Amino acid sequence: MSLSDSLVKPSPLPGFGPALGAALLWLGLLVLVPLAALVWRASGLGLGGIIAIATQPRIAAALRLSFGLAFLAAVLNVVLGGIVAWVLTRYEFPGRRLLDAAVDLPFALPTAVAGIALTAIYAPNGWIGAPLAALGVKIAFTPIGIFIALVFIGLPFMVRSVEPVLAEFDPEIEEASATLGASRLKTVLQVVLPPLAPAFITGFALALARGVGEYGSVVFISGNIPFFSEIAPLLIVVKLEEFDEAGATAVATIMLTISFAMLLLINLVQGWTRKRMGHV
Amino acid sequence: MSDIAVRAPTQGRDRDATAESPAARAILIGLAVVILTLFLFLPLATVFVGAFERGITGYLKTLGDPDTLAAVRLTCIVAAICVPVHLTFGVAAAWAISRFDFVGKSLLVTLIDLPFSVSPVIAGLVYVLLFGSRGVFGPWLAAHDIQIVFAVPGIVLATLFVTFPLVARELIPLMQQQGSDDEQAALTLGASPFTMFRKVTLPNIKWGLLYGVLLCNARAVGEFGAVAVLSGHIRGATNTMPLHVEALYNDYDMTGAFVVASLLASLALVTLAIKTFLEWRYADEIARRRRH
Repeated sequence: MSLSDSLVKPSPLPGFGPALGAALLWLGLLVLVPLAALVWRASGLGLGGIIAIATQPRIAAALRLSFGLAFLAAVLNVVLGGIVAWVLTRYEFPGRRLLDAAVDLPFALPTAVAGIALTAIYAPNGWIGAPLAALGVKIAFTPIGIFIALVFIGLPFMVRSVEPVLAEFDPEIEEASATLGASRLKTVLQVVLPPLAPAFITGFALALARGVGEYGSVVFISGNIPFFSEIAPLLIVVKLEEFDEAGATAVATIMLTISFAMLLLINLVQGWTRKRMGHV
Repeated sequence: MSDIAVRAPTQGRDRDATAESPAARAILIGLAVVILTLFLFLPLATVFVGAFERGITGYLKTLGDPDTLAAVRLTCIVAAICVPVHLTFGVAAAWAISRFDFVGKSLLVTLIDLPFSVSPVIAGLVYVLLFGSRGVFGPWLAAHDIQIVFAVPGIVLATLFVTFPLVARELIPLMQQQGSDDEQAALTLGASPFTMFRKVTLPNIKWGLLYGVLLCNARAVGEFGAVAVLSGHIRGATNTMPLHVEALYNDYDMTGAFVVASLLASLALVTLAIKTFLEWRYADEIARRRRH
């Protein structure tokens, strides 16, 4: 038996070699080699070098802001996305199809377009910004503006993660709960929502990962004031403009490391929740 | 037994035990409409209202501007390269993953999804580290007078990176679900591998493929962060449409920025419309349980 036979299960279908070869070639050239360049540059800086850069006050402030706001936006999206997913799967009303199609808008709309539109709405002379400015509340060019942009960008992740699971939910379980005398609210909170937890966690992870790295829709509304409304991805751009590739590499490495650590943690929580909820 | 007989006569209107009260229902629908209006419809309306601030003639004037036309042309070139590349890659990857069992398959699937968890700005950065003047291949490229960073090739590479998973992840679940019975039958009946692919595989996956291409095209046209890092921001030369939006915005030409943005928003709406149509018409032939 040759080596290739032990690595691949025999199949009557043709084309395994060329297909896998093409896939690996593209993956290697476009994704793996470039990412290896980042790892290689980062290893040149050393752990000490990266930590020294990360703890510079301006960079630490930007990292805190990016991760903190992405987290808060994902938390709000659990509520907003949950309501939207519930309404779209459970109720039939005029315009439902239109709303359902519109949920994907943040995926389809270029981020720069969303960015300038949100800025125009929430700027002190904008449709929502002006009345709020009269009350003394500033949204655009503050962290609140960044927060709103991140909610915008994260909403579809939550809705699209929860929607299919909610649609497949067995109505007999709800009927059983009602028959046993539970009020509707109790049924929803204690019977329907708990099994949806894994779907919510998936949506949360996707929204969080996207929010941390988001650039286009945030960079216009943020105003980019150091120590106040400057996000971590922008700092990479700033460092590159200053020809400080070491600094840019360090910020990128920290962002990726924290992101992957968070996704790993969320996956662990996910596995634990599934087991608890009796899913396999 | 008639319906009325089971109903308690004192109850005016009985309600399904597994439905919310009409009031709760109305409040929830109202909330969903408010959320979506605030976060989705309002930004969209702003773009189109802003674009026509100077009337239709002002709109056409910005559209006819040479820098705008150059941005449209560059964006089309980038999309015209990305879509066929990922079409080829996506079909090849999906074929290998859905039709064969091999060591390291799940790792390959994870790696294909990797670009989604990388910030677009970092996608741009990695190419600067590779091909920039002080990058790994920088000196060699300079010696041969090839420019990648701050030029069109860099923009194309960054866009290829961020759109990498879109076609493949649409096809993989679809083809796994379909199985290979049809293809094995075709081979048994004497079809050549090429005929089998053309007459059996391709017709089976065409709508899923179109769906993936649609998503890939939308992202390629609209990519901002990755391209912003790698473009030289030279108007008329290395500005794509999203970068041109930024340039006009930075000039305090909000109306101009919204004019170019309205083109991009229109494309997004067309994409959503086709996407919705495909999902509605060919739901079975498009991968379900998608993650974005």
